[in-house]
Amino acid sequence: MLRFLLTRLALIIPTFLGVTLMTFAMIRLVPGDPILLMYGERTVDESVYQKLKAEMGLDRPILVQYASYLNDMAHGNFGKSITTRTPVLSEFVTLFPATVELSLTAMTLAILIGLPAGIVAAVRRNTAFDHTVMGASLTGYSMPIFWWGLLMILTFSVWLGWTPVSGRMAVKYFIEPVTGFSLIDSYLAGDWSAFKSALHHLILPACVLSTVPLAVIARMTRSSMLEVLNEDYIRTARAKGLPPWRVVGLHALRNALIPVITVIGLQVGALLGGAILTETIFSWPGVGNWLIESIRRRDYPVVQGGILLAASIVMIVNLMVDVLYGLINPRIRKGH
Amino acid sequence: MALLEIRNLSVDFATHGGKVRAVEGVDLTVDEGEVLGIVGESGSGKSVASLAVMGLVAANGTVSADRMSFAGHDLMKLSPRQRRMITGRDAAMIFQEPMTSLNPCFTVGFQLMEGMAEHIGGSRATLKNRAIELLDQVGISDAETRLRAYPHQLSGGMNQRVMIAMAIACNPRLLIADEPTTALDVTIQRQILELLLDLQRKRGMALILITHNMGVVAETAHRVVVMYAGQVMEERPAAALFKTPRHPYTAALLEALPERSSGKKRLLAIPGMVPGLDDRPQGCLFNPRCPYVAPACLSERPPLLAEASGGVRCIKPLAAAAGSA
Ligand SMILES: Nc1ncnc2c1ncn2[C@@H]1O[C@H](COP(=O)(O)OP(=O)(O)O)[C@@H](O)[C@H]1O
Ligand SMILES: [Mg+2]
Repeated sequence: MLRFLLTRLALIIPTFLGVTLMTFAMIRLVPGDPILLMYGERTVDESVYQKLKAEMGLDRPILVQYASYLNDMAHGNFGKSITTRTPVLSEFVTLFPATVELSLTAMTLAILIGLPAGIVAAVRRNTAFDHTVMGASLTGYSMPIFWWGLLMILTFSVWLGWTPVSGRMAVKYFIEPVTGFSLIDSYLAGDWSAFKSALHHLILPACVLSTVPLAVIARMTRSSMLEVLNEDYIRTARAKGLPPWRVVGLHALRNALIPVITVIGLQVGALLGGAILTETIFSWPGVGNWLIESIRRRDYPVVQGGILLAASIVMIVNLMVDVLYGLINPRIRKGH
Repeated sequence: MALLEIRNLSVDFATHGGKVRAVEGVDLTVDEGEVLGIVGESGSGKSVASLAVMGLVAANGTVSADRMSFAGHDLMKLSPRQRRMITGRDAAMIFQEPMTSLNPCFTVGFQLMEGMAEHIGGSRATLKNRAIELLDQVGISDAETRLRAYPHQLSGGMNQRVMIAMAIACNPRLLIADEPTTALDVTIQRQILELLLDLQRKRGMALILITHNMGVVAETAHRVVVMYAGQVMEERPAAALFKTPRHPYTAALLEALPERSSGKKRLLAIPGMVPGLDDRPQGCLFNPRCPYVAPACLSERPPLLAEASGGVRCIKPLAAAAGSA
């Protein structure tokens, strides 16, 4: 187990370098000059332009820029936003809880619905239930999230008027951020109607974001269960006279979960990608929205630092998934 | 009264190619404390028939029988719940592949104790003591440590011992061993077989020993059932069957035994193959491979004669033809 952990940790370094290289290169390949964008409609004096350029280090050779960027990152120095002049790290820390709240809710929904749906579909293979679940999940999986989000807004917010269109909470409430999670903070503040408002705002974007992982989890659970249910040890479990819930819910599920957990881990990365779109559609004040805005403004430090921070989070989550995977699968745990 | 009595058992499977019959009109009787051998080439329906007794036939299978009684219960009439109370307690089964028959995610101890917890109950400590005792009985040393082992950490022979311990945990009256040694090394095969027979004698439980090896049955069984293509071809006391086989198929199986073919004779394999589920021949199922085939064998399917009148499914039984018994 220790060796397994160490090899996984060692793999993080090259991955991390890859991410820095990509973000660094990509923002520079996108057309648009950050200084000109900063000034917007106003014209810039040539001397001011050169001074700003030197100040931001953009006049140095590209490799020197990359090296100093790496050096800064290594020291946890993510720089300041060109537009707001606040440190990238503190902006990230303020906005990140909103993204986590949205993603966690979406993932919880996906697991709570996808896992049981997949199990039941496998046990009742080829029934109407199975076909419905599989049809729905194929549709969900192939749904473009932007279109799907707008469709949901049109239906539930505009047409039915059940949920608000954007934001995290109605403006009339002000809740002191403690954890940064609007649900928890409003609960801690004891403000019941603020809590309801937060839930109201959260539910629709969370549903939209959960669509793809839900579909993937349901399909994976079903196929994994179908495979496991044919195994010899399932027959042994039945031969012991164990009740069906124990055979399916313990003996089969425990084995079937191994690939499902891997898939859930992989979905975490995809989920952050989806969160960027979802946050944009619902004007959700999270990291995704912030990154999109900063790309639009060519805010180099924010893009470079923000993406790197987001990527680190994904890597850490994947590492945790791998550890969990080792815990549930004794063949890995015992060093096989 | 017999412990297990089966009349006219058939098992059909729904497959892509339509409905196929894997077991056809099988009669079986097992008395308390008896060792019954079931032999036949692979694909002859031995496993499916015994799974039907245990109520473990795959979901695409349908079981039908005129009568299926076990220890005074009519198995055909029990609810699934009542059936589960018998399965694993009074009737237990072990399988051919010990390495895949245990759940890789749980320890040996967990898998050994959960059946007892289900049928007998008791505190964790009692169950654990009983589990250690059982591992001891099946010849696993250092039982307490083994309880914490996972199946992949044990050898095939060791896993089969664990399977046997699990099977006898609730003191079954019938143990079905479906080719328990086929997947094991030759040296281990004998040990496992001896363990099974030893447990059978000590506990007085009935044992159905399924194998495709006539030699194993010759040494161990009181009575032998020979199966072919889903049907019983011959059913007689072991000694008599080995001395004077009556069905040509039984004779062929015996011919194929290495110790029966004397130095000059080549080891005989039976020519041809067991017919598939969807290409059963007309008439006697063995006729395409039978050296004694007669015109009548091609048209009518012979009935299984009662034991008194031969115990064989053949219109021209061998010993009778040879005129000796
Ligand atoms: N679930 C199933 N679906 C379809 N056919 C099956 C199924 N299980 C067993 N069979 C078929 O039934 C026949 C008898 O199989 P089996 O009882 O395992 O033979 P044996 O144990 O004598 O080697 C085989 O042809 C096998 O392919
Ligand atoms: Mg078999």
